[in-house]
Amino acid sequence: MTDLPKSTEKKLGLVIDLDTCVGCHACVVSCKEWNTSNYGTALSDVDAYGAEPQGTFLNRVHSFEAQPESGGCSQTVHFPKSCLHCEDAPCVTVCPTGASYKREEDGIVLVNEDDCMGCGLCAWSCPYGARELDQIFGVMKKCTLCVDRIYNENIPEEDRVPSCVRTCPAGARHFGDLGDPDSDVSRLVAEREGMDLMPEMGTKPVNKYLPPRLKDVPSDAALEPKYKDAAGLFGWLDKALEKF
Amino acid sequence: MHPAPSVIIFTMFSGLGFGLLAYLGLGLPPVAGWVAFGFFTLGYTLAVGGLLASVGHLANPKNAIKAFSQWRSSWLSREGVMAVASLLVMAVYAIALIFFDIRLRMVGLLGAVLCIGTVFTTSMIYTQLKTVPRWHDWTTPPVFLLHALGGGALLAGQVRMAGIFLAMLGFLMVWAWIKGDEKGLSGTTLESATGLGRIGKLRLLEPPHSGQNYLLKEMAYDVGRKHAFKLRIIALVLGYALPAALLLLLPVGHVLALVIVIAHVAGVAAGRWLFFAEAAHVQRLYYGK
Repeated sequence: MTDLPKSTEKKLGLVIDLDTCVGCHACVVSCKEWNTSNYGTALSDVDAYGAEPQGTFLNRVHSFEAQPESGGCSQTVHFPKSCLHCEDAPCVTVCPTGASYKREEDGIVLVNEDDCMGCGLCAWSCPYGARELDQIFGVMKKCTLCVDRIYNENIPEEDRVPSCVRTCPAGARHFGDLGDPDSDVSRLVAEREGMDLMPEMGTKPVNKYLPPRLKDVPSDAALEPKYKDAAGLFGWLDKALEKF
Repeated sequence: MHPAPSVIIFTMFSGLGFGLLAYLGLGLPPVAGWVAFGFFTLGYTLAVGGLLASVGHLANPKNAIKAFSQWRSSWLSREGVMAVASLLVMAVYAIALIFFDIRLRMVGLLGAVLCIGTVFTTSMIYTQLKTVPRWHDWTTPPVFLLHALGGGALLAGQVRMAGIFLAMLGFLMVWAWIKGDEKGLSGTTLESATGLGRIGKLRLLEPPHSGQNYLLKEMAYDVGRKHAFKLRIIALVLGYALPAALLLLLPVGHVLALVIVIAHVAGVAAGRWLFFAEAAHVQRLYYGK
């Protein structure tokens, strides 16, 4: 039954640091690489080498420019977006076939592709655009939090995190149990005022975003010129060149 | 939202079909024998044809049978269950009426209630979506129900009832359009979608991909909206105002009835296209739309 579990033992999820993300899209590529060859059907591409390539991705990086109202420097923020594994996930309850479900043990939201009929209603119900219907296989694809890595004892221990987290060269992505207040990720969220996306939708996302630190105002940030009147050898050179 | 022909045909014709079947279940008109056969054939063709069109919207229809399983949580599943239940109950009523000339009143009444219930569950598939503020509104279920009651009455030859329901629908539809325009995205902004409003006003600098994808095609549809106002007028005049006026003011014979049905269907088609094309999904904000 596609009811949501009343509570989950763990709340596994991601914490994404918007201050650190450099927008390199490495997480997008590594996600596609891992997930196209593991859980469920492949992530298909259409016209991959043609004029209008498109395909299924579970993670995408948008880039925004924020302009402070007071004027001053605008800030470029790279914004990776994938399934937030919501506690109150609307994509689960709308599913008519029971394919979409949230796991009681760790809170991961998954699609059982053997049951999915490709109606797309779960994608309609998701405010974040985190689900994509695969155009070739006709089933709904979404972030699995690399469920086939994080518990996988056949791979080295340091690899048992989602592919995007493992690959991020900037260290902008963190993985852990957000249900445990003492976990590293929970402490990070507390310290850095981690935030929910679209809280007004009432989905209670598990994934959190760490806001970028505010930039200096240009006049505060500029360095004072260090030497007004040069002395010694440079002073003599300065005067000599001035006369020349 | 993408106005896919499959969902437009589905919502339009299944609504008309279930509306007609509901009247037949109530004995309106009190037909029997071969005339009843004709009416029921029309009702079943529209209802079942609409449902089959909806299967065209599925990317993986081999699992469609599983859609009957989640009726406790999913409105789409409830709709499937209600649709099949209505068609089966009405079949018992129809067979008794056509071939045995027996009117099973209670079965007909139950069938009528189930038919209207089916249309209500269809409307709830859209109404439940908080992500599409235009649909997430109290007006959506009565709009769907009045389409079925008005259009059904028209096909069932219930002239006065059709006129009254279609007139009511015209007023409600205008109210729903205005309210939907005012709602916009209901206060969800790019700033709340990203949490970056604390810095300032946001704009999209670079989209995540240069080409198309499912999200853009399905939920960021913006082709043809420039004719939205004209299409609203067409929907209002052809779908509701003209039929209502003719039904209530003129003596309606078979020829005029046919003209009214054609006008109504054309108007409703324009309106239903708008229902999807004008519905804005909040996720489009991430694409700077």
